[in-house]
Amino acid sequence: MTITHTVSTPTRSGTLGTNAHRPDGVAKVQGGFAFSSDMWSENMLWGATLRSPHPYAKIISIDDSAALAIDGVECVVTAQDVPGNPYYGLIMSDQPVFAAIGDTVRYCGEPIAAVAADHPETCKRALAAIKVVYEILTPVTNPQDCVSGIAPQIHPQGNVYRHQRIITGDQSIVGDVIVEGTYEIGMQDQAFLGLESALAIPDSGGEGLELYVATQWLHEDRKQIAACLNIPEEKIRLVLGGVGGAFGAREDISLQVHTCLLALKSGRPVRISYGREESFYGHVHRHPATIWMRHHADRNGKILKIESTMLFDGGAYCSTSPAVLINAITHTQGPYKCDNASVEGWAVRTNNPPCGAMRGFGVVQACFAHESQMEKLAAALGLSPVEIRLRNVMETGDRLITGQVMDSVAPVEQCIRETDAIAMPEPLSPNADIRQIPGGTGLTAQPGNIVRGVGWGVSMKNLMYSEGFDDYSTARCRMTDGVVSVKFATSEVGQGFTMLAQQIARTILGVDEVLLDTIDTQVGSAGSTSASRQTWMSGGAVKAACEKVLGDLFDHAAITFELSRDHVRIEETDIVDILSGRRIAVSEASKGVNLDRTEEYHHPPTEDLDENGQGNCHVAFAFVAHRAVVDVDVELGLVKVVQIATAQDVGRILNPISVQGQVEGGIAQGLGLAVMEEIIVKDGKVRNPSFTDYLLPTFLDAPLVEMVLIEEFEPKSPLGAKGVGEPPCISVTPAIANAIRNATGRELPRVPIRPYDICL
Amino acid sequence: MSAQELGHEIYTLKVNGQSHPVKDAWIGESLLYVLRERLGLPGAKGACEQGECGSCTVVMDSQAVCSCLVMAAAAVDTEILTVEGLGENGSLTDIQQAFLAAGGVQCGFCTPGFIVAVHHLLDSNPEPSDDQIRESLSGNICRCTGYGRILEAVKIVISQRGA
Repeated sequence: MTITHTVSTPTRSGTLGTNAHRPDGVAKVQGGFAFSSDMWSENMLWGATLRSPHPYAKIISIDDSAALAIDGVECVVTAQDVPGNPYYGLIMSDQPVFAAIGDTVRYCGEPIAAVAADHPETCKRALAAIKVVYEILTPVTNPQDCVSGIAPQIHPQGNVYRHQRIITGDQSIVGDVIVEGTYEIGMQDQAFLGLESALAIPDSGGEGLELYVATQWLHEDRKQIAACLNIPEEKIRLVLGGVGGAFGAREDISLQVHTCLLALKSGRPVRISYGREESFYGHVHRHPATIWMRHHADRNGKILKIESTMLFDGGAYCSTSPAVLINAITHTQGPYKCDNASVEGWAVRTNNPPCGAMRGFGVVQACFAHESQMEKLAAALGLSPVEIRLRNVMETGDRLITGQVMDSVAPVEQCIRETDAIAMPEPLSPNADIRQIPGGTGLTAQPGNIVRGVGWGVSMKNLMYSEGFDDYSTARCRMTDGVVSVKFATSEVGQGFTMLAQQIARTILGVDEVLLDTIDTQVGSAGSTSASRQTWMSGGAVKAACEKVLGDLFDHAAITFELSRDHVRIEETDIVDILSGRRIAVSEASKGVNLDRTEEYHHPPTEDLDENGQGNCHVAFAFVAHRAVVDVDVELGLVKVVQIATAQDVGRILNPISVQGQVEGGIAQGLGLAVMEEIIVKDGKVRNPSFTDYLLPTFLDAPLVEMVLIEEFEPKSPLGAKGVGEPPCISVTPAIANAIRNATGRELPRVPIRPYDICL
Repeated sequence: MSAQELGHEIYTLKVNGQSHPVKDAWIGESLLYVLRERLGLPGAKGACEQGECGSCTVVMDSQAVCSCLVMAAAAVDTEILTVEGLGENGSLTDIQQAFLAAGGVQCGFCTPGFIVAVHHLLDSNPEPSDDQIRESLSGNICRCTGYGRILEAVKIVISQRGA
């Protein structure tokens, strides 16, 4: 790992800029960290969910009498047990808690009932004993039919989640060079390892409850749960159960309401823990998309105009489909200048599995299309992949196709040049270890058939929520007799925010020990752990709360120790009066002092897009370049990704190892989408809901990653840092696809690229 | 589950050097389930239930196994080692320390399985090559790290032990 600019030199251990220790690290390596699936309570029942085997069917009747007769079964809940809003949803309240008699199920795996019993095996038998009579209907599975209007309406709220166009500039321009293509992106799963799990404990009075759950956004969950249960929000306390990864799949409600309903009905604690197959049905996935793009360029390779249509299949329920679509269409141009554009996007409802947030959130799909186009443009103009991109790089001050002016630090050119400067890997040796060649230990690749390819991908990604949404965050800082504690509702999903919060408090307050309060709803909302936003947003809130406490401490110290209030500052663990040079240890100054501040951080407001897709809809952006080197057995279609070189725009680096981990982890997920990961859906049914059939990158699939971190202080960010979580997984996918195209000469318009796409 | 259906099977498992009686278990329970839900040892994790992800890795008679694929009742008379049995008196092993120092832990769900697998690997092969490390650990899925920091952690241990 190389860092190009260093903003500050870290000094004291555990402060900003250092590789601080994770507060959850020791428990995690010892196996004692309590994930939500490890939660347990005295007198606890197990819960399980009955799901539809049909993608589209009317429910005629539900008979649970045989299930209730099984010894050990405590209760069954169905739609008629939902006391409040029978629907939930992040943007549109359109997803039933349970499909009701007389209504339809709209996807294969939709919940119909839940049971609570004394043992997981009893639950299984009870589910099998519930008799549901269906009238099977013909599912809508082709999203194009929803655009053309020929599909029957499958939901009262219609089959179109959103239709939005972007029109800007001169539509009559025609380029000297025109390239086009239609690209397809398959349905990817977040595949976090820690399966969905929640434990609901009813209050002894029966009025409210406590829910321990692995989620990305405690307060949003609580809002939706309270509406469904018809219980005031203040009667429901959500506590973050240990989260085993998220990647977008925990933004939506899955088992939260079901677990609460069972606990309230039985009057006992209930835990639901999904298995892997159920997890594939229980959460939303990355949208499969079809994107047509046409680029017009002049003879020098300058992009003159982009035309595009994008179709996102949102599946049966809305989730975040409208926002995913807006992210996709507003990133049509990628990290390149473009004055003229015409883009039309659709996100539609079908009877396929519901889709929503996944790392990259719409930009992954758009990027695969525009980076495939850049490769075609380079070929058409006889330019190198690097040169075509350098001739179009976006800069700070450029106007985007939405009319928004890029006001983030935008080192796109530097990302490309630094990536280009990274040494290429050694050529494949004729005596290479079999573990290094395509097919690996399967011993299937013939060295003589292996061709090396190189490909590029560069991307832009918005940070934080967009389109007028005030996704603020809240933090509380207390200093009690010298002991500092920080509280927030920010979901720690593995990214390390709890560690960052301690780093911020140590740095600002000049202390070494920082306690972390429970992550729950007993403080204001933190917003979601998504959109690469928590370092910026919750980091900003923790910073603000700590600074308020520091101000209070300075007030106190100035009086008590006769310091000049306007001239005190923190140096290491001392308060220093720069006029007199006097130093008072923070530990000394804070004796007997009780300070307590709660602060919110709000980013600058954004706007909705108008009917022509114009508006300042995004907060900020980050950039990254990827160069992929692949070895391909062209006879068998096997691919080995040898090396990924990358330079990423990260703002100020707050924790180098954490950034490195995000970059390497994101690259592995982008590799997965490029060559192996896809939920295969046929006639509305998922065909591979298991880790045997849905393939994830293993240790042997992981490429060598050579990275450069471009550290440039982002003035708009409270800590100078940019979110680093999403960019690594975005342009690596087209980089790998372009490398395989380079090796094979094939167009390969679809990811994941399967062996038969290459060799047949 | 009725008492009759459950039966009254009582067997004993030897885990981390201690004998644990298992009472009133249903005979179909996996070793993973019994460790986690009956013996109070939640370190082994379940993430795929079919031996694909390695999160539930434990060592059984010197072999690393996926405890989700082992029937608990069939593990009688074996010596079982779980992540809880690695460090002495709550201390961290060199491998656990290296995972923390190298950044090999993010969400941590795969971590116990990886830690057990790395202990098993280095016990049987103290100086594996990078390719051998990758192959040996390819049965353990990590979704967060992309494996780079985990490889680094293993190499730190090898170098420290060799020094």
